[in-house]
Amino acid sequence: MKKTVFLGALAIAGVAGVMASAQTLDDVKARGALNCGISTGLVGFASQDANGEWQGFDVAVCRAVAAAVLGDASAVDFTPTTNQVRFEVLNSGEIDMLARNTTWTFSRDVDLKLEFAGVNYYDGQGFMVPAALGVTSAKELDGATVCIQAGTTTELNLADFFRINNMSYQPVPISTASEAQQQYLAGSCDVYTTDASGLAATRAAFEDPSGHIILPEIISKEPLGPLVRHGDNEWGDVVRWTLNALIAAEELGVTSANIEELAAGTDNPEINRLLGSEGSLGEMLGVSADWAKNAIAANGNYGEIFERYIGQNTPIGLARGLNAQWTEGGLLYAPPFR
Amino acid sequence: MSTMSDPTQPVFRLSMLVNDTRYRGITFQIIAFFAIVFLFGWMAWNATQNLAALGQNISYGFLGEGAGYDINQKLIPYASTDTHLRAAFVGILNTLLVAFLGCITATIIGVTVGVLRLSNNWLVAKLMSGYVEIFRNVPVLIWILIIFSVMSNALPAPSAFRGENATASMVMDAFAFTNRGVYIPRPVWEPGSWMVVTVFFLSIVGIFALRRYAVKLLFDTGREIPVLKLSLAIFFVPTLLVYFLTGMPISLAYPSLQGFNFQGGIQIFGSLIGLWFALALYTGAFIAENVRGGIMSVSKGQTEAAAALGMRPGRIMRLVILPQALRVIIPPLISQYLNLTKNSSLAAAVGYMDITGTLGGITLNQTGRSFEAILLLMLFYLIISLSIAGVMNIYNNAIKLKER
Ligand SMILES: N[C@@H](CCC(=O)N[C@@H](CS)C(=O)NCC(=O)O)C(=O)O
Repeated sequence: MKKTVFLGALAIAGVAGVMASAQTLDDVKARGALNCGISTGLVGFASQDANGEWQGFDVAVCRAVAAAVLGDASAVDFTPTTNQVRFEVLNSGEIDMLARNTTWTFSRDVDLKLEFAGVNYYDGQGFMVPAALGVTSAKELDGATVCIQAGTTTELNLADFFRINNMSYQPVPISTASEAQQQYLAGSCDVYTTDASGLAATRAAFEDPSGHIILPEIISKEPLGPLVRHGDNEWGDVVRWTLNALIAAEELGVTSANIEELAAGTDNPEINRLLGSEGSLGEMLGVSADWAKNAIAANGNYGEIFERYIGQNTPIGLARGLNAQWTEGGLLYAPPFR
Repeated sequence: MSTMSDPTQPVFRLSMLVNDTRYRGITFQIIAFFAIVFLFGWMAWNATQNLAALGQNISYGFLGEGAGYDINQKLIPYASTDTHLRAAFVGILNTLLVAFLGCITATIIGVTVGVLRLSNNWLVAKLMSGYVEIFRNVPVLIWILIIFSVMSNALPAPSAFRGENATASMVMDAFAFTNRGVYIPRPVWEPGSWMVVTVFFLSIVGIFALRRYAVKLLFDTGREIPVLKLSLAIFFVPTLLVYFLTGMPISLAYPSLQGFNFQGGIQIFGSLIGLWFALALYTGAFIAENVRGGIMSVSKGQTEAAAALGMRPGRIMRLVILPQALRVIIPPLISQYLNLTKNSSLAAAVGYMDITGTLGGITLNQTGRSFEAILLLMLFYLIISLSIAGVMNIYNNAIKLKER
């Protein structure tokens, strides 16, 4: 028995040790498909439609990267990952990038050897309670039972929040969003806490969304973004600038409707450089000249993606808020394309 | 052994290492030994190389850092500001708790069912074999999930106990069965309670002494004394007497609904109950089979002989069959206990914070120290398994057939 257990550990070490090679870009091109890690299912961010196709705000990032590198937004193999295994799956090389409501933190960036390619949603942690509880503020939650997803920044913020406010609570650790939803609806916990966007998405999937309220307190900063392994800068650049291209496209007024027309050439040199009719940005990045055009054409620019999957006209109904362009009072600010 | 050397012994040739049966065994053992050492060495080297390539070194420093997360069920004081090491201890105690409760319950279920399965009552025998088949043939993880989800969906939430027209109420005003667990009264120890406890334990010792004495009396003089009545008297009278004399120092705090949850009593978490019962029922089915096999291994002549001496069936089972059957039952029972303990690591499925949930779950996750955490986990389960096996082996040696 001793032996088998030991072998098991080393097998794990072996898996964890598959090298973070410095040629992910070449690998993806050779494979002809992008391996993208997403969440196990969160309406609006990553969920399967009636045809079994993955759709959503995070999924769109994967598709844009696939379009930029391979010219084909459908050349993506999706790997649903739980909060607990996501970084291990990425570091093991099983996926090329991760796009699943993941908060950019110091220790993840530095200690866990991950590389965040930017932020696609500026979020913060909130609380949801059944309206019938009559609770109006998170400060009234003393003694409550709280559902949280294990392996997240959420559980750490939660511990701090209750400790600082001198309140007690009982955590119920849960591994996926759908499980959390079940337990919350069954009344096994009084409160469900996660990123506010996740709360809105979860609530949108309820039979009676109006029976649940999201409390006004936002207790943390949760910049969510796509990430890659540490140590492969070329690949990190591809993901980073694909995201920037989507954001810049909105700022520059490039949409999926007018992109063909604009790609032929305009009198705005930045649009020309972005879409490849001028300069050689694609070549520098190691991809084709029309990389950004393909990425934007896949699902539209950042604003289009936002409105389609999680915006005001969807059941999730999120306002742009912090996620508006810097020109509109938000935080989105893509560096210049030159 | 002869000390004389054979004068015609042939000179040693290298080929004899393989061809000569005297050396062959040793040769292959040595080869196997080096092969294994090489294999493990290579894997260890590979692991460190790969970790180094990922920019990680093996370090246990994280155990001393603040854990930052909270745990619901803790048998020792713990707060989120404590270290990962302490969180791991909380997890270890939770593992031991569910393993202990599970093993005891599984044994009780197993012995009862195993005996009843051999009952002459057709219905009872069939019911018991139905239980065994159902539990043995469905994976334990499924049972854990079933029992847990039945609990969390069938039982009312604490809020159902609230208000004028509450839809749920407490049992005897002392127990509350909710989907978050079962709340029971908590004993409150006031000064002087230690006397009551001491007297209680002394009475238990007294009962054992009495039984010994009764047997001796029976063998020496043939006189019988009413052991049961005397035992009951010793059990209750002195303890109650001291309890009232010291002014009733032990009282009960009843759980009551305060805010979101019941407070004041002891909460037995739903996750613990789900895990405990699933493990006990599942393992109990296997133990039942061991018990049945053990009983059937005792020859029928023993039963008949005991019956011919005029013993009643219950006594035959207790005094003649089971003691002999135990010798057959104990060895597989050890492995059932080990199974149960290891299966308790499925706790994560219901959010029970055992060692796999703390050290192997949240700590592993938040620190990214998977290799270190998994090694520690393995070490823990190894130590626990070896200890259980060790203790049970001592017991097995004590009851096994004494060959004289
Ligand atoms: N942003 C936090 C929390 C992540 C999280 O819990 N996300 C939830 C909802 S916002 C999720 O992805 N659920 C889907 C799933 O469990 O697969 C982190 O990175 O640790």
